[in-house]
Amino acid sequence: MADTVAGANPDTHAAGDDPNRRDFIHIAAAAAAGGAVVGLAWPFIDQMNPSGDTLALASVEFDLTKVAEGQQVTIKWRGKPLFIRNRTGAEIAQAVKDDGASMPDPQRDEDRHKPGKAQWLVLVGTCTHLGCVPTFGGGDYGGWFCPCHGSHYDVSGRIRKGPAPKNLQVPEYTFLSDTKVKVG
Amino acid sequence: MSGHSNYEPKTGIERWLDTRLPVVRLAYDSMIDFPTPKNLNYWWTFGGILAVCLAIQIVTGIVLAMHYVPHVDHAFASVERIMRDVNYGWLIRYMHANGASMFFIAVYIHILRGLYYGSYKAPREVLWILGCVIYLLMMATAFMGYVLPWGQMSFHGAVVITNLFGALPIVGEAITTWLWGGFAVDNPTLNRFFSLHYLLPFMIAGVVGLHIWALHVPGNNNPTGVNVKSKEDTVPFHPYYTVKDGFAIVVFLILFATFVFYNPNALGHADNYIPGNPLVTPAHIVPEWYFLPFYAILRAVPDKLGGVLLMFGAIAVLFVLPWLDTSKVRSMRYRPTAKLYFLIFVVTCLVLGYCGGQLPDDHVIPGLSTFRLFDADLNSFVWLSRIATLYYFAYFLIVLPILGLTETPLPQPESISSPVLSHPANAPAGAAASPEKRG
Repeated sequence: MADTVAGANPDTHAAGDDPNRRDFIHIAAAAAAGGAVVGLAWPFIDQMNPSGDTLALASVEFDLTKVAEGQQVTIKWRGKPLFIRNRTGAEIAQAVKDDGASMPDPQRDEDRHKPGKAQWLVLVGTCTHLGCVPTFGGGDYGGWFCPCHGSHYDVSGRIRKGPAPKNLQVPEYTFLSDTKVKVG
Repeated sequence: MSGHSNYEPKTGIERWLDTRLPVVRLAYDSMIDFPTPKNLNYWWTFGGILAVCLAIQIVTGIVLAMHYVPHVDHAFASVERIMRDVNYGWLIRYMHANGASMFFIAVYIHILRGLYYGSYKAPREVLWILGCVIYLLMMATAFMGYVLPWGQMSFHGAVVITNLFGALPIVGEAITTWLWGGFAVDNPTLNRFFSLHYLLPFMIAGVVGLHIWALHVPGNNNPTGVNVKSKEDTVPFHPYYTVKDGFAIVVFLILFATFVFYNPNALGHADNYIPGNPLVTPAHIVPEWYFLPFYAILRAVPDKLGGVLLMFGAIAVLFVLPWLDTSKVRSMRYRPTAKLYFLIFVVTCLVLGYCGGQLPDDHVIPGLSTFRLFDADLNSFVWLSRIATLYYFAYFLIVLPILGLTETPLPQPESISSPVLSHPANAPAGAAASPEKRG
């Protein structure tokens, strides 16, 4: 078998020679096939990203009169809980007083609410550690406590103790009127 | 799959098939005539047990998929329907749910057997790595399967595990959004997990094929770790190991059936019978028992990225084990010092598993407060996890590399047969008069 096949389709150039016509065809064919595979891969990867209808549901409006002072209402936004907290004067004073305390992710309280609306705190209610929902009023700082791995947040939603690396996220939102906010 | 074949087709049909697709020859060579070391003990039966586990999971899983609805509004109810209304649905679901636990019990024993008898050493490195790949695929499959009933533990387990990828710098957030198909774990996530949960077992089956192929090239390791030297050292796989494996499988199935019929929810978590609620996280969230050691490692590190890297590192280190262990002696039967460290390693894994199920700040010894070290009391599960994590990595990265160079192993037998033949029980009458011939 072997001796009849040998030489039937000779490759006349030795290794190290300049590429000949056949090498060019091999390279061009492999490049075309490879390019096609890479090009087609993207649709198959991107299909897993949020779809149009998911993106379309990305904003909500909320009536603030539903939240009594000292209380918090949790609504669902983009599939995650959103905390809307009506803070008491004492809580605001405590949050401002702690501005200078040592924190993993330092931020002033006034940068975490809209100007002149210190009473209203709007936060994404997922722990910045691994995404659990922190409980209202718990922990060593009176803000929130995450039951999963023990992160303590203060009344400004800033991380004070535990494994979470960042403060509770403040989403993009605007006041439509004194009693109405639009989130997203 | 390799080497000389003793298969001789007996009938005309077999001869006809053998020249076209020698599949009967393949089965004969690998399951009947395959020369197997004659000294394999019961720790070697877990390969067969695992094959049975995979078959049970695939068969019960295909049936469950006929009744399950992968939608956030219907998933929980469809699982309850399987439990209450589908004929024998309770049995099939309990077999599948407990089957996952049985699969992991068997795989952990199988891995520890490989660690003890040095089955990862040359020439079996590829065999070992393929096993690690199977283990990784098993973990991915089990995790996604646990999400499907969409109970509280399902949902928040999915949240925590997918958020692990968010710890990666720069690309973390894009990756989690991509995994979720939205801004949180939601219907798109459930759908794709169902699709992948159906796919991965077949990938496992494929890699198992490669694993067995890689096993049949060098052949089985054995309790002495000494290479097969002659035909005297082996017996044909059938009937010797078909019967031995078969007996072990029956014993294992008794344990399996005990869980399925008498305590089907013992290994699960009660909170998963509460429908998933994205707005409330259960007070104490824990993964399934087989992930607890890794969960303990994750929580032992006070830094998010560090914890995630260490947790994945705990599995990654297994892949490079063949090049970490410097000892030329395979079996720890002849490595008395290594045996001791191995025993501590097994205890460490159990301790990590226990810690993973506890609250990090709780006291290990109740009511005793010692002193605060950094962020927690020394008498806390988080510190116990840290000590255990340290040993887990030290075993692979320090103990095995150094011990192979410093220890003095016991003499190994000449061959697999020699310790058997020289054992006093096998000595002919009067042989006691020449004790110098004993091994």
